[in-house]
Amino acid sequence: MSDKKTLFINNVEVEYTDEKTVLEVIRNNGFDVPTFCHRPDLTQFGACRMCIIEQDGKYIQASCTMPPREGIRIETNSEKVRKIRKTILELLLANHKRECLTCNKSGNCELQKYAAEYGIDEIRFPKLEEKDYLPVDTMNPSLVRDPSKCILCGACVRACSEFQGHSVLGFVNRGSNTRVEPMNGRCLSQVDCVFCGQCQAVCPTGAISIKSDIDRVWEKINDKTKKVVVQVAPSVRVALGEEFNLESGENTIGRIYAALRRLGFDLIFDTNFSADLTITEEANEFAERLTKGGVLPMFTSCCPAWVRYMETQHPDLLKHLSSCKSPQGMLSPVVKEFVPKYYEGYTKENITVVSVMPCTAKKYEAIREQLYGETDIVLTTQELAKMIKSAGIDFKKLKEEKADSPFGQYSGAGTIFGASGGVAEAAVRTAYYYVTGEELSNIDITPLRGVDASSRTKDTIIDIKGKQVKVRVVSTLKEAEKSIKELKEGKADFHIMEVMACPGGCVNGGGQPTSCLDSTIKEKRAQGLYSEDKNLEYRKSHTNPDIKKLYAECLGGKPGSEIAHHLLHTTYMDRFSGSYKDIK
Amino acid sequence: MEKVKLTIDIKQEQQKAQEMIKKQGRRILVCASTGCLANGALDLIAEFKRLGADADVLTNDVKMSVIPTGCIGFCEQGCLVVVPDRKLTYVHVKKEDVSEIYESLKNDTVVERLLYVDPALNKKIVNNEEMNFYAKQTRTAMKNCGIINPESIDEAIAAGAYSALSKVLEINDQEYVIKEIEDSGLRGRGGGGFATGKKWRSVYKHQGGKSYVICNGDEGDPGAFMDRSVMEDDPNKLLEGMAIAAFAVGADEGYIYVRAEYPLAVKRLKMAIKAAEERNLLGSNIMGSNFSFHIHIKEGAGAFVCGESSALIASIEGERGMPRPKNIHMAECGLFKRPTLLNNVETFANVPLIILNGAKWFASMGTETSKGTKTFALTGEVNNTGLIEVPMNTTLRQIVFDLGGGIRNGKKFKAVQIGGPSGGCLTEQHLDMPMDYDQLTKVGAMVGSGGLVVMNEDTCIVEVARFFMNFTQHESCGKCTPCREGTKQMLAILERIVKGQGKMEDLDMLEELGQVIKAGSLCGLGKSAPNPVLSTLKYFRDEYIAHIKDKKCPAGVCTALKRYEIEADKCKGCTKCARNCPVGAIEGTIKEPHKINQDKCIKCGACKENCPFKAIVTK
Repeated sequence: MSDKKTLFINNVEVEYTDEKTVLEVIRNNGFDVPTFCHRPDLTQFGACRMCIIEQDGKYIQASCTMPPREGIRIETNSEKVRKIRKTILELLLANHKRECLTCNKSGNCELQKYAAEYGIDEIRFPKLEEKDYLPVDTMNPSLVRDPSKCILCGACVRACSEFQGHSVLGFVNRGSNTRVEPMNGRCLSQVDCVFCGQCQAVCPTGAISIKSDIDRVWEKINDKTKKVVVQVAPSVRVALGEEFNLESGENTIGRIYAALRRLGFDLIFDTNFSADLTITEEANEFAERLTKGGVLPMFTSCCPAWVRYMETQHPDLLKHLSSCKSPQGMLSPVVKEFVPKYYEGYTKENITVVSVMPCTAKKYEAIREQLYGETDIVLTTQELAKMIKSAGIDFKKLKEEKADSPFGQYSGAGTIFGASGGVAEAAVRTAYYYVTGEELSNIDITPLRGVDASSRTKDTIIDIKGKQVKVRVVSTLKEAEKSIKELKEGKADFHIMEVMACPGGCVNGGGQPTSCLDSTIKEKRAQGLYSEDKNLEYRKSHTNPDIKKLYAECLGGKPGSEIAHHLLHTTYMDRFSGSYKDIK
Repeated sequence: MEKVKLTIDIKQEQQKAQEMIKKQGRRILVCASTGCLANGALDLIAEFKRLGADADVLTNDVKMSVIPTGCIGFCEQGCLVVVPDRKLTYVHVKKEDVSEIYESLKNDTVVERLLYVDPALNKKIVNNEEMNFYAKQTRTAMKNCGIINPESIDEAIAAGAYSALSKVLEINDQEYVIKEIEDSGLRGRGGGGFATGKKWRSVYKHQGGKSYVICNGDEGDPGAFMDRSVMEDDPNKLLEGMAIAAFAVGADEGYIYVRAEYPLAVKRLKMAIKAAEERNLLGSNIMGSNFSFHIHIKEGAGAFVCGESSALIASIEGERGMPRPKNIHMAECGLFKRPTLLNNVETFANVPLIILNGAKWFASMGTETSKGTKTFALTGEVNNTGLIEVPMNTTLRQIVFDLGGGIRNGKKFKAVQIGGPSGGCLTEQHLDMPMDYDQLTKVGAMVGSGGLVVMNEDTCIVEVARFFMNFTQHESCGKCTPCREGTKQMLAILERIVKGQGKMEDLDMLEELGQVIKAGSLCGLGKSAPNPVLSTLKYFRDEYIAHIKDKKCPAGVCTALKRYEIEADKCKGCTKCARNCPVGAIEGTIKEPHKINQDKCIKCGACKENCPFKAIVTK
């Protein structure tokens, strides 16, 4: 290419083209500098100053905000910058609640990692005293916020505002009193936080972490009077392997089933199955709204963060939300209702349903008033990885196993639920059949695929026997808000909108293994889902034989039946009045 | 460029205004700026009016008018009454003195007792021009301050306001304006000293769409009030300077970012904008030309860091005032992501005179690299504190000893803190150095916004460093690690030292942290935060060592290091000290010398204050 330019990194001449920052050039060429506040999917911030480099032997610059210039000489590891980095680490650690051994993020903490790498064996500044520790927010089901571990890199603040447009977290105070807090120092549960967990996903330390339910699960497994049934969400299978040094996107579902059996779960089902169930119901609902003049556009309802967002911010538009429960929400009551029919020793009362989700908001969904008591415990991908490790299971060496029937078989439509656009694509495949009675011929709806930052709003038109059905897919609530604005202004030009709150969808969920340092990870995970879809025998939800069997044997024969409504649909409530907006 | 025929002839307007002023007869100027207002200037004005000197009721037989003006600069001596045609300045004027002044002006006599006494010559000054404080100044940016009524646009026009704008609009050539500013050598007066012309040109290059001009009036340095003076006392000069800049860079909208703590400045700026818009000197199609310029006032909430350009822009945009990385230049992507020109109040105030008098005139003042004049807020232990404006080649000695009238009470000069919390310390060895951007940077200080705090031998330099570090620590925005955490640790060390708990290693740590903060911080606030400590460590290391090793404060300021003792030969045993001691630390029997129990003493000084025999000393 003609626009290739060069600069020098540690005396090595390297080429660069359209990199925006020196940091990118450094990382693209086999070098590295430490960072805390830099996150590729968030705006540049330049706060932590760990990525400083020496330019031309004279200037100290932060490489994350410095544009590359032809011919400059960069030192990433000079004595001067090493010294400054060490001092910065010492300064951060001096003001940090150093409880590393008992910290949720231990082993996964960037501050801990760099402190070890830089050999910080002494901190020359006075230690943060216990009396100065700030209160820990454990009031919500999803996240734990420990401000004394915060290094003020602002990643959570940016994630909340740039992904969700929500700014639940913000900076308060000045100088060394600066903190990140929800409004007026409240708990996350007292403001309109949707618990998407993206703040946790980008947090380099233990300041925001996932609320662990591991012990509760062990307790149930060890309780001989309980039958513990587990379900695994679509995007868990393409991410869990990362925790065991496997490639991002590698589908490990067979090994996950095996691991779950070894952990002691009694029955193993797949949330992909109930994703098919969701699609069957939702496509049916959509087809009815479309043909019988119901409220349009219809919004999908499988993302709990999105549902909470609608309830707190736009309760006037709740009628647009599909009444279908999420796949997690559907499978749990189905399990409790019908497993006793197929398995001996199981009763509605002795079953505990555990779900493994890529999502922190699912923990909140499980305790929603409307769904309480159905899903008993929600684990995130990260927590499952910890359980497997602590149980001494060598995940890599496991032989693949199968899920249990009757809720183990799934279609390709169910598996792509985990990526932004997947729900809409799956719904279209089935809705086409419901409206026309015929099967859609080309079922790869590529305009709805893609999980990178440039495809947060995707539109396509599906021709359903002459009717042009306009499908919109958005990921992040910030994007969703734009579509809602269109709707409120009467400009909305779509019939169905799929919303996933996390950028790129569940593959990049707040409960997944850390992926904020490399924006290609979520793409690899999505790829893993789409290639499974391609290779599956059944690729449309309504063709899944187990789904057909479930309807025939238990759910009144067809989607939308009375019993299906009772078990698989839910209601929403106006949470606006309880939100902070109303508090005077 | 073709010349433009304007619909407003500013010369005519000026003549009209001057004639109106002539009708006022003898002008009695009463400073009505913040300081003098607090001293009761409004009462003086009311009293003059009651006696008949009322500028609002102009009849043909008016002999005298009282004019409320902006700050004359001599705040130390307020309230000030100046009679320009008699070259008289009365200081410390009270309401009771007004009738006497009024009568004396009728009879052309002088009220001797209210004249200013030159502390050096110990002589009453009858003629203004003999006052060193004024005679040694060259006022350009503050030319009209204290001479005109800032609330009257007529007075400003009479003094030449908007003539430069008129000239620029007539010539109608952006290149000409930028060239003039470039040739004048004007540099940013807000602290950094970036070449103004160069800045203007880079914004000019990005013109085309919407551009903004912002005036930085967020003057936050402790002890600095130059910008406030310009905004309060001659707002039209600032507005004119901004309009000329806007014309030059192709902007049509401007913001003045003023601290909300400057309510008078906000009020007067708003008045001036309204009056100028009514006269078509601002607003749409100014003076009948194609050029439009609208100015808004944005009140800041008082964060020091909002004086930093990118934080200021964030604040105007409604975000938290936190500096942003400056990898994209503001000239290209500034306020609301549009090309933006941001200059300081004083920089803009210099523009009209450069346009009127030419670049050469301006460049003839100052030094090789620093042209023109600079305003300073002279405070601290000098005889004459106040606002001054001097050419940039003026030495520190001239400022402190000629204008400032030397150190108060005949004490010894010790140092000057220049540039507020971002600046550094200048000592005796720098007295003959000109106040030039580059020279000051070389010795680890900076012009900054121009605060000059003069310190005498009784000032503890470690305490001064602690004071400024405390200030920057509290005003740090908290964004970048070195500034937020580093200043906190530096402050903690300084606090230990002034308490006598310092260790010698602390000095190395201060220097190390200082270097890290300087090199690693995101914005100018952080990069300059260690300056006061580093420069005092350089010039007054002994004093730090005295605090650490000898546990003594040589200036006797640091409370924790003070030791109160009773000199037995002077003590008469009157027991007054013991009775006044709040903690019962003084023991002794009546008519016998008393003793202070050092373990109990809290060093409040009550005993010393109350001893009738001066028997208690601090060591």
